[in-house]
Amino acid sequence: MRNSKNSRVGEDRLRLRIYQALVLVLLFVLWHVGTSPTLLPPVYFAEANQAAFFFGEPIKVVLRLWQWFASGEIYGHLWVTLVETLLAFLIGTVSGVAIGLWLALSPTASAILDPYIKAVNAMPRVILAPIFFVWFGLGIASKVALGVTLVFFIVFFNVYQGVREVSPVVLANARMLGANPRQLLRFVYMPSAMSWVFASLHNSVGLAFVGAVVGEYLGSARGVGYLIHQAEGMFDMNTVFAGIVLLTAFALVLDWTVGFAEKRLMVWQPRSGDTERV
Amino acid sequence: MISALALEQISCTFISRDDLSQSYTAVRDTTLVVGEGEFVSLVGPTGCGKSTLLNVAAGLLKASSGAVTVFGEGLAGINSRAGYMFQTDALMPWRNTIENVIAGLEFRGMTREEAFHPGNDWLKRVGLSGFEKRYPHQLSGGMRKRVALAQMLILNPQILLMDEPFSALDVQTRQLMENELLELWSGDRKSVVFITHDLEEAISLSDRVVVLSAGPASHPIGDYAIDLPRPRDVAEIRLTPRFIELYTGIWHAMKEEVLKGYAQQQK
Repeated sequence: MRNSKNSRVGEDRLRLRIYQALVLVLLFVLWHVGTSPTLLPPVYFAEANQAAFFFGEPIKVVLRLWQWFASGEIYGHLWVTLVETLLAFLIGTVSGVAIGLWLALSPTASAILDPYIKAVNAMPRVILAPIFFVWFGLGIASKVALGVTLVFFIVFFNVYQGVREVSPVVLANARMLGANPRQLLRFVYMPSAMSWVFASLHNSVGLAFVGAVVGEYLGSARGVGYLIHQAEGMFDMNTVFAGIVLLTAFALVLDWTVGFAEKRLMVWQPRSGDTERV
Repeated sequence: MISALALEQISCTFISRDDLSQSYTAVRDTTLVVGEGEFVSLVGPTGCGKSTLLNVAAGLLKASSGAVTVFGEGLAGINSRAGYMFQTDALMPWRNTIENVIAGLEFRGMTREEAFHPGNDWLKRVGLSGFEKRYPHQLSGGMRKRVALAQMLILNPQILLMDEPFSALDVQTRQLMENELLELWSGDRKSVVFITHDLEEAISLSDRVVVLSAGPASHPIGDYAIDLPRPRDVAEIRLTPRFIELYTGIWHAMKEEVLKGYAQQQK
């Protein structure tokens, strides 16, 4: 009974995967047919190969990706983008946790700083990029700084919320069990805030990545964002699309890694549909 | 004889945060003395300030006026001689069973390795061996109460403060837990303040039942010694004539207050 049920679930999943792959193939074919100069008469563009000029050609995009990896020239750029993303993520998270804890636990400081935090959060922080270029130069540091400003606020607000939402009963219980203020911070506030931080991890890794790529795009000499910017300058749409595909794949890998870490570290949290009881 | 816990002339007034002119007096001029090894239950209609009194005794809440003495000493800050069992879930959800049980020992500076030994011991005593690695959300309501009980008792407090600890459990589990509590308590009689709205529970567990008036400005209106023999079985003792006699007497005194409390809530 149970086996047949399991195999049915497996079949369903397989079918889902096939449909998902079909969507990708369909998109690829549409792209190819729409941009190939010889397959269709030009409907919108005056010349046959103008569609390819604007939208690139999927086969050339794939070839470009293949070249990048085969020649190995992409690894250096990927590595730079990865380092920028991870540094922005780490620095942003640590400072967000520290300042979030501090402000959540000292009402006076948070009351004084409240309007400024709201103001800085409301500001579109990408406009800080030119300032960071002046301060930190065109190397890795300016991209990290941009990523940090994006990540910091996400983590900060989540920690702030997390500390505020600590169950008063759990807190009172820990105090009755003899926890001093430092132990409360370590054993009650921190774990509670961390669950909120983990809930926002997907978001903050994504934003660290955005900071790195946008920073590279605006001014740099290395990184995937730089490659895209270069190709755009030469109207090489195939390389631009190759860069976009690469970044998307990269973001998916990052997201998957975070999901894996989350699953390992947050075992204590009930998941929806988790009815394991005794 | 020095009393274990004495609340003298306690009053608690809460001021509304939104409107400073609005205030609510939960408890007024309440005196309650609990002797060493005595099991005292506080009963009263809902919203009569039972939990407020208990929080004052625990040092979690400062009374507006009045004094708390613990074994003859004035109480300042948290009552470190008392263990507290809460009405709702108070376990740390990010700690598994054994980690929750040993939390108090860890707070006192014991290392985990040292604490695991008494921790496992207590898990066995509350019947939860084999559940060390489970997280609170993986346990049933009754099991979580057992963990909370072990978490409190492992610190060997001299006073137990219990705020309707079993009210969320079904009747069978509840009687089971009540019997277990009595058995654990009979080993080394600690002073207990047990809050409940259930008069049957109060009588079957206690040496003394104190009835509180309906809020606001709640205060004790009756103090009844329970002379039922121990050891008791909470399910069986409810059927004895003496129990019924006691129950009827206290219920008559309480009825009016319950109706008052009900009327208060209707407003």
